[in-house]
Amino acid sequence: MTDPESPVLSLRGISKSFGAVAALADVDLDVGEGEVVAIVGDNGAGKSTLVKVLAGVHPPDAGAIRFEGREVRLESPTQVHALGIATVFQDLALCENLDVKANLFLGRELRPFLLDDVAMEKRSWELLRQLSAKIPTLSVPIASLSGGQRQTVAIARSLLGDPKVVILDEPTAALGVAQTAEVLNLVERLRDKGLGVVMISHNMEDVRAVADRVAVLRLGRNNGVFDARTVSTEDIIAAITGAADNVVAQRASRTASKEAR
Amino acid sequence: MNAPTPTLDLQDERLVAPQTLGDSVRAAVRRVRDGDLGMLPVFGGIVVIWTVFQLLNRTFLSSTNLVNLSFDIVPVGFLALGIVCVLLVGQIDLSVGSVSGVAAAVTALVMVTYEQPVWLAILAAVASGCLIGFVYAQGFNRFAVPSFVMTLAGLLAFLGVQLWLLRGQNAINLPYDSDLVQFAQLWFMPAWMSYLFATVAAAGFFATSLVGARTRKRAGLSAPATGLLVFRAALVLAALGFTVYYLNRTRGVAWMFVLFVVVVLVMHYVLSRTKFGRSIYAVGGNPEAARRAGINVKSVYAWTFVMCSTLAAIGGVLAAARLAAATQSTGTGDVNLNAIAAAVIGGTSLFGGRGSAFSALLGIVVIQSISSGLTLLNLDSSYRFMITGAVLVLAVALDSFARRSRQAHGRG
Repeated sequence: MTDPESPVLSLRGISKSFGAVAALADVDLDVGEGEVVAIVGDNGAGKSTLVKVLAGVHPPDAGAIRFEGREVRLESPTQVHALGIATVFQDLALCENLDVKANLFLGRELRPFLLDDVAMEKRSWELLRQLSAKIPTLSVPIASLSGGQRQTVAIARSLLGDPKVVILDEPTAALGVAQTAEVLNLVERLRDKGLGVVMISHNMEDVRAVADRVAVLRLGRNNGVFDARTVSTEDIIAAITGAADNVVAQRASRTASKEAR
Repeated sequence: MNAPTPTLDLQDERLVAPQTLGDSVRAAVRRVRDGDLGMLPVFGGIVVIWTVFQLLNRTFLSSTNLVNLSFDIVPVGFLALGIVCVLLVGQIDLSVGSVSGVAAAVTALVMVTYEQPVWLAILAAVASGCLIGFVYAQGFNRFAVPSFVMTLAGLLAFLGVQLWLLRGQNAINLPYDSDLVQFAQLWFMPAWMSYLFATVAAAGFFATSLVGARTRKRAGLSAPATGLLVFRAALVLAALGFTVYYLNRTRGVAWMFVLFVVVVLVMHYVLSRTKFGRSIYAVGGNPEAARRAGINVKSVYAWTFVMCSTLAAIGGVLAAARLAAATQSTGTGDVNLNAIAAAVIGGTSLFGGRGSAFSALLGIVVIQSISSGLTLLNLDSSYRFMITGAVLVLAVALDSFARRSRQAHGRG
């Protein structure tokens, strides 16, 4: 489904510095319709900064961003969301005291002066059914949901504005085995709906399970883009750490030689 | 047997939907045991307190005393309503008493010393409340002064302003024949009108719930049965009708009390049915999440501080009217804590994000009942302070305990 000729979101030469530290230097990234692009990298590689640039939290210092073929500037979270790029941050940003439908429509309530609870509930159910979400009732506060269900609510909320691209920051961190699988199913459903998905992850298994392409960041720079179906985990790790002879490989060979003995 | 297709919101097979009345009762009991107490403690408190005082003094539940009670709850009730607003966003205002004292002094000053019309006096007092709330909001938003410190400073500073406005006089008396004093002491709704109001209110309640149920059904969602709606409306009608009948046995339903109830209802509408109200709960629950959802968190804080101080100022005007004087002690002493205690006893959480406008009304009934009962028993204020303090601690302990239980049972 990848269409490299006309990606829905395309970044060229993005740079962002915080004081003397260049968090991102000359980063390129393409996301096509119906494509899952995983962004991997070590701590401090610039993944979080890239998410914040894409979410409009930190406007980049330099570089060009094209969205649906047009040159755009990502200046504020609201403007970016209106454009059609939705971000689900790692901490989900849900209000635990409010129920599911209040959270889904938070800040975008229908009929500001006489809330249309019925329409909001109906739309919430439609949205959650589309995602095959396993949430039994909408009138319970978020506090009573499991981690996976909360992730589902956060993702469903990002879909309310009919975005073209969804950015998921560590969606499977802190989730159990079954819940991780649920979230990965959800990511595949987003792809099947034709959305571009950018997934930040530390977990190689998750990346290889759902991603179409894997983009590696290292010390704020691009360090290779791989086809997820053909690349080996070792190659990705080599790109992340910057060498074939890295601490992960050393450890692996040490364990292997121990087993051989 | 073929069950009909469940409505959109009841399709999950794990959902245990109450089928019979017994199921509904059992579900309600489980909710309470999980720590979702709602209004239960405050209703229980009212029943206990009223029973005890009635046993100790036969006049406590007399119509005369309840009419007095309906007057006395209003000034502090307005303060408590303001406290509910700031508590909902997870902040506190310790200065509502002083602010009401300032408003009382301004009212008396403009009306008596400067001999201006009543409406101008009220306007000046309410505007000063607005201004104070605005100052708090600026301190909180721009300089990040914690609301606790900000309003503690305000408690002292505005007590000073109150004394300064009174210029060393112990009190400025308001003329008895002014409309403001008459309103707070003598104006009652005619009996026929109060019955009409009770009927219209119950009918309105029934109509809105019926329309709500119809809309839900049309949208393919589950809706309460019409029989249940009729039952609830009949309950409301009976409660309102009996209250009105009982108060009308002596002086009747005070306009000041009606004003308070209407303001509580308006506040309830704002909190539960508007986008602004939703954002208040969101900010109280998780300010960062609210900010990311595009809510202007600072403006929500600012509005709640302004609402709180303005309601406190209205309470101050009514306190002056009730007493027919603005004194050095208006709004001092236990007024602050009574207002906060009322909000918390009524079920508004000190931790933010939980509570309702009705908690101010019900909470102040508890507080003022204690005060009234002890006065009838000729016990001095030392007992009142001790008992009110104990009730406040009990309410906060219950709130914390219920909160822990809610977390354990996943009810937020």
